[in-house]
Amino acid sequence: MEFALSEDQRLLQDSMRGVLATASSLDEVRKVAAGEAGVALAISGALSEMGAAQLLVPEAHGGLGLGALEAALVQETLGAHICPAHFMAGSILAVEAIKLAGSETQQTDWLGQIAGGDMHVCVALTERVSKREGAGLIWNNGKLSGKAIFALETDGASHILTCDEQGALYMVASDAVGLSQRTLRTIDRTRGFNELVFENVEAEALEGGLDGAATDRVIALGRILLAADTLGAAGVMLEQAIAYAGERKQFGRVIGSFQAVKHMCAEMAAKLEPARALVWHGAYLFNTEPEKAALMACLAKSHISEIGTFIARTSTEVHGGMGFTDLVGLHYWFKRIGVNRQLLGSPEQLREEAARLQGWT
Amino acid sequence: MDLALSPEYEAFREEIATLLATHGDKAPTSEDRGMKNPKRLAWQAFLIEHGLAARTIPTEYGGYGAAPDILKSRIIAEEFSKSGLARGIANQGVSMLVPTLLELGTEQQKQDWIAKTLRGETVWCQGYSEPGAGSDLASLTTRAEIDGDDYVINGQKIWTSTAKQADMIFCLVRTHPDEKKHHGISYLIFPMDTPGIEIRPLVDMTGAANFNEVFFTDVRVPRSSVVGEPGKGWQVANATLTHERGMLGNPNAAEGRLLAIAELMQTETLNGQRLIDHPVYRDRLVGLQAEVAAMQANGLRVMTARLKKESAGLAGLIVKLQGCELNHELARLAIDALGEIGVLYDDSPYLKADGSWQARYMYDLGLIIGGGTAQIQKNIIAERGLGLPREPRAKTA
Repeated sequence: MEFALSEDQRLLQDSMRGVLATASSLDEVRKVAAGEAGVALAISGALSEMGAAQLLVPEAHGGLGLGALEAALVQETLGAHICPAHFMAGSILAVEAIKLAGSETQQTDWLGQIAGGDMHVCVALTERVSKREGAGLIWNNGKLSGKAIFALETDGASHILTCDEQGALYMVASDAVGLSQRTLRTIDRTRGFNELVFENVEAEALEGGLDGAATDRVIALGRILLAADTLGAAGVMLEQAIAYAGERKQFGRVIGSFQAVKHMCAEMAAKLEPARALVWHGAYLFNTEPEKAALMACLAKSHISEIGTFIARTSTEVHGGMGFTDLVGLHYWFKRIGVNRQLLGSPEQLREEAARLQGWT
Repeated sequence: MDLALSPEYEAFREEIATLLATHGDKAPTSEDRGMKNPKRLAWQAFLIEHGLAARTIPTEYGGYGAAPDILKSRIIAEEFSKSGLARGIANQGVSMLVPTLLELGTEQQKQDWIAKTLRGETVWCQGYSEPGAGSDLASLTTRAEIDGDDYVINGQKIWTSTAKQADMIFCLVRTHPDEKKHHGISYLIFPMDTPGIEIRPLVDMTGAANFNEVFFTDVRVPRSSVVGEPGKGWQVANATLTHERGMLGNPNAAEGRLLAIAELMQTETLNGQRLIDHPVYRDRLVGLQAEVAAMQANGLRVMTARLKKESAGLAGLIVKLQGCELNHELARLAIDALGEIGVLYDDSPYLKADGSWQARYMYDLGLIIGGGTAQIQKNIIAERGLGLPREPRAKTA
C-alpha cells in the first residue's frame, strides 16, 4: 500500500519542469498570446523531443506504454507552466480512443504514426457532453454533417477525432472536402479552440466505438487531465501568492505577517492539498479500477475546478493591484483555470453526471 | 502508487472480519449507558485480548503488545466501520494520557495507571484550557505551589469533558511563576475526588453539558504527581495535543455520514418527490461527496508518509481544519434537506435520526473551535506549512 508518486514519476515531472522552464517561460507564452506565429508549435516540438507523443502508446506500437497517472502528472506540469503546447488531445485522448475503439489496422497505422510524430490529432468531443449553439454531428452514408465547437488542438492537426450524436467515434482528415474551421477566441489566448463545420465530410469510423462507451471513457480521461492541468496552475498561483506575501511590505511589515493575508494563503493550501490527492487518486484508478473511473473523473474535475476558481481569485487578491495587471502575468493562470473549468463539463454538469452514475437520479 | 494490500494484510482483514462477525453479540449498544457499564468493560477486555484495542501498548502495561503497524490499525478501523460494532475505548485517557505516560512517565506511574486506563476502569479528564488561556494556552494561571512534599493547587479549568465521570485528571499548572510563560508549567496527574475540587457543568448550545468548569481551592497533591520534569509541562502537553489533532478529523467517519445523508435523501420526500430528486440538494450532496473523497485520498497520503516515517507536510497540517469543516457542512446539508423537520429536536414527533444531525451541526461547530481553533490552525498551516512569517509578538507590558 503506497499512496505516493514513485521515483520514476517524480523524475518524469522534474524533467518536464526542466524543459518547460525555458521552452514555456512566461515570455514565450506572452508571444503566443500576442499571436506570434510558430511559437506554440515550437513548444510542442520541445515536448515531442521529451517523448510526450509516445507516453500512452503501447510499446508494441513504438510507445512508452505508460498510463493515465503519468499522463496526468505531465499535464500538471503543463498547467503549472501555462503551456500552450499540444498534448492532451493529440497525444493522450486520441491515443486512448484508438486503443479502445480502433481496429487492429487502425491501431497499427495510427498509433505508430502518432508515436512517430507524423500524425497530429485534434479532438472534437464537446457535444458528447454539452450541445450548445445548435452544434452536433450526424452520420449519414459514411459522411458527417453538422458542427462541433470547442475542438481542441486544431492548430497544425493532420486529423480530427470526433463523434456523432450517438457517441460513435470517427477519424477525419483535416483537409477533407466539405470541412471548414472558424477560430473561437476565449479569455485564454494561449490555447486555440476552433469550431469545425462538416458538410458531408468523409469519415472513417472506429468500429469499436459505435455505442459511445469508448467516447465516454475518453471523456473521463480528458476530465482527469483537465483536473491535473488546473491542479498545476492553481499550485503555481498559490506559490506566487506566498512569495509575494513574503516580500511585499506595507505598514512596515511584510504583508504575509498579517493574519488577514496569511489566512488567505492557508485557506488556499488547505483546500488544494486534498484536491491534489483526489486528482492523483482519480488518475490512478483510471487504469487500476476502470469501473470507478467515470465517477472519479466527475468528482475530481468538479472539485478541483471549484478549488482552482477559489485560488485563482484569492491569489490575485493577495497580489493586490499588481495581481490585476499584465505586468505580473498572473492572469494567464487565472484564465487557464477559468477555461478548464468549463471544458468537458462545468462543475454543475459533472456533479449531475456523478449523481446519475450512482443511480441517484 | 499502489493501493492494493499484500496477501498478508488481506488475510489479516479476513481474520478481523470473522472475529467481529463471530463475537459481535458481546458488543455494547447505545442502550448500555455509562462509561463503566459492565458490558462495555467486558467488550473492552475482549478487544484488548484479541489485539483490537490497546494494540501496540506493551503487554506488561496491559496492552496487546503488537508492533506498530499503521496498515493493520487502519484495517481494524475499517472493519469496525463495516460491522457497525462499538470500537474500543478511545477517551482522552486512552488517546492522550497513555501515550504521554509511555513516553515520559516514571515506571511507577506506568504501572499505576496504564492498564487500568486501557481496561476502562480508570476514566480521565483533561485540565488544560482556562477562562483566560484558550488559544494562548501557555498563559495559563492555575498555580501549584510547593508545600513540603505536596503541591497546593489554586485556580480554574474550563472545557473539561467527562469531569463528572472522571476518576483522575491530567492537568497543566504553573509551578514556576518567575519563568517565561512556556517554561514555568508542569504536568500533574491526581484524583478527581481530592478535597477542594468543585465541578460545575457547562451547558452548551446542544442543550447538553458536554463540558464542565473545574475549580481548585487549596487542592493538595503529592509532588510525585508530576509527569516528566517539573517546569517542562509544555513539552509534555504538546506531545498529546498532536494526538488530539490527529484524532479529530477521521475521513472514514465523514464517508459514513455522507452515505447516511444519501440514504436519508432517498427515503425522505418533499412535495411528493424524494429529496434526492431535487437538483439543488443533489448538487450539494455530490459536492460534499467530492470533498469526502479528497479527504480520504489525503488520508492515504498522510498514512503513506507515516509508514515511511516521513513528515506528511501540508497534507497532515490541514486535516483538523478541513476535516471538522467538512463534517459541519455534511450536517448542514442533512438539516437543509429536511427543512422544518431538520430543526426538530429533543423527543419531538417526526424527529429523524434521533435529532443527531442537529446535535452534530452544533457540536461540530464546537470541534471547529476546540482543540486549536480554525484560525489557530490557519496560522499553523501558514507558518509551519508555507513558511510565512509569524505574527509579531505584542510587547509585554
